[in-house]
Amino acid sequence: MNDETKYALKKVGFYTAVFTAAVWIVIPIIISFLYAFTSKADYYDPTKIIPTSFTSEYVHTILFTLGAWDGIKNSVIVAVLTIIISFILGVPAGYSIAKYMFPGKDHIKLSIVALRMFPIPVMAIPLLVLYIDLHLADTLLGVALAHTAMALPFVVLITSSIFAGVSKEYEEAAMVFGLTRFGSFRKITLPLALPGLAAAAMFTFVMSWNEVFVASILTLNNRTLPAQILSIMAGSSGGAAPDYYKFAAAFIMTLPAMLFIFFARKYLVTMWGITLK
Amino acid sequence: MKRRSLVPYLLILPAFAYLLFFVGYPLVQALYLAFTQNGALSLEVWRRTFSDYYFWSAFKYTILLAGIIVPTQVALAVVLALLMNRVFKGKDAALYALIIPLTISDVAAGLIWYSMLSPYGFINKLLMNLGLISQPIYVFGYEYRMREFFAIVIAELWRSTAIVFVIILAGLQMISKEYIEAAEVFGASYWTRLRRIVLPLLKPSIQSALIIRTLFAMQIFGIVWILAGRDIPVLAGEGYYQLTEIKDAGVASVYALVIAGLSILLGALYIKFLRAEYLEVGE
Repeated sequence: MNDETKYALKKVGFYTAVFTAAVWIVIPIIISFLYAFTSKADYYDPTKIIPTSFTSEYVHTILFTLGAWDGIKNSVIVAVLTIIISFILGVPAGYSIAKYMFPGKDHIKLSIVALRMFPIPVMAIPLLVLYIDLHLADTLLGVALAHTAMALPFVVLITSSIFAGVSKEYEEAAMVFGLTRFGSFRKITLPLALPGLAAAAMFTFVMSWNEVFVASILTLNNRTLPAQILSIMAGSSGGAAPDYYKFAAAFIMTLPAMLFIFFARKYLVTMWGITLK
Repeated sequence: MKRRSLVPYLLILPAFAYLLFFVGYPLVQALYLAFTQNGALSLEVWRRTFSDYYFWSAFKYTILLAGIIVPTQVALAVVLALLMNRVFKGKDAALYALIIPLTISDVAAGLIWYSMLSPYGFINKLLMNLGLISQPIYVFGYEYRMREFFAIVIAELWRSTAIVFVIILAGLQMISKEYIEAAEVFGASYWTRLRRIVLPLLKPSIQSALIIRTLFAMQIFGIVWILAGRDIPVLAGEGYYQLTEIKDAGVASVYALVIAGLSILLGALYIKFLRAEYLEVGE
């Protein structure tokens, strides 16, 4: 075998590997979207791998009869509350870590990372007992407070790296021209950091949108979408809903996250690279 | 240099206090619920938990799932990251496809894989039409527990390998090209470069990915609950079941504490091996 064929073979092998990986990720999503709109007859027809007749009936039923629409509204409220609370608490902390030198900084950063690793069930199960006393059980605020505890370490770390990316010289120049530290933060750093902060907010949204354990434990009537879907699809009786409802549910849950990744894909790799180190 | 000031501490304080409360209070409460009976100190709750068949089963399956999923996905992610860490046509599209699962929740991933593996699902229909099987392979149901286990592994690999991939890709991109070029000049082959330079420099990223994935694997819940229910019991699922169905907050707390214990043990083991490097990485 000469070098040229060797090179060509290597190239073919490389593209095959990349293509296989991409297909392995994408096919299940496409199939579950297709099957979400497949009519019952086509679904139970063993010769139809790719369906030809479609209906939006099941998506419609999941949304409006089985309560997924309320779940979506609840999920949005919880996610927005989570973003607001975790940014009010987290942005000052992130700024402090990025722009000040102080003793114990590394330890504080490390303990914030460590708190992020705290297992969610340990938090959620005893919280229910407290929430019943505080009348926060089964409220969206209660879920948002717990989701904030989950998202806050992420917000602190990501905002600190965003603020660290805004050059010190700009702020110092602003302060030379008579702005206070807060003034220069508001007029200079904040606008420059805004796109990064928006990406972090979107990510916080997705974290809260996807979380199921806390939401399932802390709510009964006001369930977020994942908690609602979990209880419809896999109640303790075990998978009572017909198959085509499950595909419709998968579609409803996945679509918003897919839209998000489309808008935020530029930031995703760097953001995860930074926060999960 | 500025004088020492309280400002940075005051800025951090609210976030830190909030986190401490949401970690500290539940921990105290869980210990109280797990170690008392009618207000008196007692091990009765632990006895009740340990005598339950589901506890040991859940313990076993949680460890087993983590033991199979985490090493497999780290190996997969390293290979994928090495493939993607070069310039080629269509790289952006491939990268986009590979990171899609980052935003897909475990519940949604469970439902998506159900649509692939169910009796009239895509894979069964495909195999039947290719003539490879004559009737559908049943994956779900108590009598097919091993297949359900396998389905969970597949679905979880599909969903959560993306996170490991991104961490390792970010690590790869930080490795200075000069080391690799130097090795090339001295005639090192691809495999030698990989084994002697790239993998050792990648160790911190691989270790962080291992920690994160192992800790999350201890809490595996939604994907299992969707695909197998209690056929495959896991610790978080049993905690959920005990709290919501049996209404036994004590036993549920024991499950939570066991998850915490496992996480702390594994975290400590990992940190022992990586602490020095870990502190260096922080920006």
